[in-house]
Amino acid sequence: MKFKTFAAFVGPSIFLMLLFIAAPLVSVFLQSFYVTQPVFETVEVETCTPGFPTQTCVTELKTQPILGEDGKVVTEVRYVGLESYRNVLEPDRAWAALSALDFNTLLTIDFWKALRFTLTFTLVTLPLVVGVGLAIAVAVNNASRLIRGPIIFVSLLPFIITPVIGALSIRWLFIGDGIMTAFLEWWLSRDIAMFAQGWTIELLMMFYRVWHVAPFAFVVFYAGLQTVNQDTLESAIIDGASRWERLRYVVIPHLMPLIVFISLIHLMDSYRVFEEIVGFSSQAHRISLQWLTYDFLTPDDSGNRSISRASASAMLTMIGIVILLVPLLRKTWRDHKGGRV
Amino acid sequence: MSVPTSMRQPLSLRLSSAAFLGFWCLLAAFPIFWIAVMSFKDPVDAFAANPLAVIFGPETVATGRGLSVLDILVGIAVLWGTIHLAMNRLPELVTRLTPPELLPFGWIVGALAYGIGFLIVFFGILPPVLGGLNGILGPFGAPIIGLTSEHYQAVWVENAFYENFINSLIVTAGVVTVSLTVGTLAGFGLARSGSGLAFWILIIALVFRALPHSVLVAGYLPPFINSAEILRPILGEAAPTLYGKPLAVIAVLVSINQPFTIWMLRSFFQNIPNELDEAARVDGCTHFQAFRWVIMPVMWPGVITTGLFSFLLAYNDYLVCSLLLDAQNQTMVPAIAGYFNRETTTTDQVEAVAAAVSITAPLFLLVMIFQRQIVSGLTAGAVKG
Repeated sequence: MKFKTFAAFVGPSIFLMLLFIAAPLVSVFLQSFYVTQPVFETVEVETCTPGFPTQTCVTELKTQPILGEDGKVVTEVRYVGLESYRNVLEPDRAWAALSALDFNTLLTIDFWKALRFTLTFTLVTLPLVVGVGLAIAVAVNNASRLIRGPIIFVSLLPFIITPVIGALSIRWLFIGDGIMTAFLEWWLSRDIAMFAQGWTIELLMMFYRVWHVAPFAFVVFYAGLQTVNQDTLESAIIDGASRWERLRYVVIPHLMPLIVFISLIHLMDSYRVFEEIVGFSSQAHRISLQWLTYDFLTPDDSGNRSISRASASAMLTMIGIVILLVPLLRKTWRDHKGGRV
Repeated sequence: MSVPTSMRQPLSLRLSSAAFLGFWCLLAAFPIFWIAVMSFKDPVDAFAANPLAVIFGPETVATGRGLSVLDILVGIAVLWGTIHLAMNRLPELVTRLTPPELLPFGWIVGALAYGIGFLIVFFGILPPVLGGLNGILGPFGAPIIGLTSEHYQAVWVENAFYENFINSLIVTAGVVTVSLTVGTLAGFGLARSGSGLAFWILIIALVFRALPHSVLVAGYLPPFINSAEILRPILGEAAPTLYGKPLAVIAVLVSINQPFTIWMLRSFFQNIPNELDEAARVDGCTHFQAFRWVIMPVMWPGVITTGLFSFLLAYNDYLVCSLLLDAQNQTMVPAIAGYFNRETTTTDQVEAVAAAVSITAPLFLLVMIFQRQIVSGLTAGAVKG
């Protein structure tokens, strides 16, 4: 294919990605070093109230935004260097807390709180997703052909459901004295309020994520199981391998590339955890890195968005993504090289 | 297929495996099933601690809203008849009435007409008729299972949820069409070009796929809000403010979705033998003609699968829509946040449940119709590695 034809085919897609992905990235990077603020002026204002025998007049200095000719507030863009990053990271407080080994204080700073939750969430759900997905795949592979279709249908439901709605549907089971809370209270015979403290919400969020992603892992593993070499399995039986040993030494090595694939996808996706925070309304107890940026971007009570702080936190989030991507990129690069030779 | 004796499994293993599967299916379907049940009940029943109270809805029955034995029997009969007709008569009618080259469109029109007909009969004609009959029948006409559609009415009619629905429709349709058009061209180009450039484009797309969406939105917001001033020198007075425009959101979602789309479509196009379009090129076609006349007729399975995933991305999106659209033209998913954030009374909560079920229903249908395509789409990326 000539370069010109190739460019004509790929051009529109590249254009869109450059305009809406690459350009915003650059602009976020630049924004994080600048702040846009209204320009303030200090004026002397004399206010008088009626009094006897003369008016009582007070002169005071007032700070007010300058209005431009069109009646809008004049804003200026100022270079602040790393100040936005400092506002997000609060390095002094964080360092003081760290050196005193006082993690509770460290976790009162939004960014570190979000980082702690995001990492725990990602690392805890990862093995669960792979394990549950694999277990379902093996069990379905074991089941009779007649019921596989309906089982796959039911399994796809948690995967396909809108994430916010999925999180809500689980929340509604537990909210107040919902049936699941009532059941747990009856079972453990103690009073339970699932949404009163952080760790129970965190558990529910992790449960939701595993429920939501396990079907994806299941479908992929199930497809992989269909290609397991039956001869190898039979020879393993002849060699006297038990079921467990066959699973451990034949099936799992065969699925290893898929396990790596699922893990990488899951790492990338759960690092971006966001919808759970909205669905479970957990902002008061648990926040994630992406939610932090979202929160800076949402207008506050006076309608201002803290764009520069959002950009700084976005850039900090990116660092994590880059670390996650390095192994994946190295693998792809090696495959590409291998493919050439 | 006979299983060798050595591969046969002991009963205990089979039982535990079946039990595990049963448990998983229950776990997978239960929350969705449960919110569907809740949405039809009186608030007192919907949040009752006793599951039986939620299912049968005594409070709802007490106020005289519910299904009688007759309603249930007739309802099941109509449902069964509908499915029976859809399986037997509908395919025959569609194939007879549409010319063969327009068959896919014939199917779409047929299915739509059938669905609308069913809705009219089931929700338009049946309730008044059965209401009349129930009055005559006495004990058989008395409600036994509580059921009320008032929350749906409140959500869709009083709170004008249909406006959000229309916005969702616009955004989703736009995203699917544009992203498939742009994506198929790029996917085909990438699949047929072995150059290093193509490889680098794919790698960069992979990096873009991993970006958190909030990072990108942080980049869009300032230019979108000020776009009228930025674009004025170029477009004059017609310069639009992109913030709050569904079209802008479509462009953003298409681009966010592009990396995934081109990866997926590329792997589909790689499965179409190279010889096919090369033969056409030998006969004197340009690349575009070969694409139009040889590849397009055979690419639909892959395109439909990719389209499904574009649909899901656009339909399920919360973050981008909630930040880039204002309250007047919000899509369904962010709009529901308005319900559960203001949920002060239990009625509000059940209305939020009803809205959630309304959002889920189309997805449910989607899985029913396209199960095979979704599964093939999920595995396509993985098996390639």
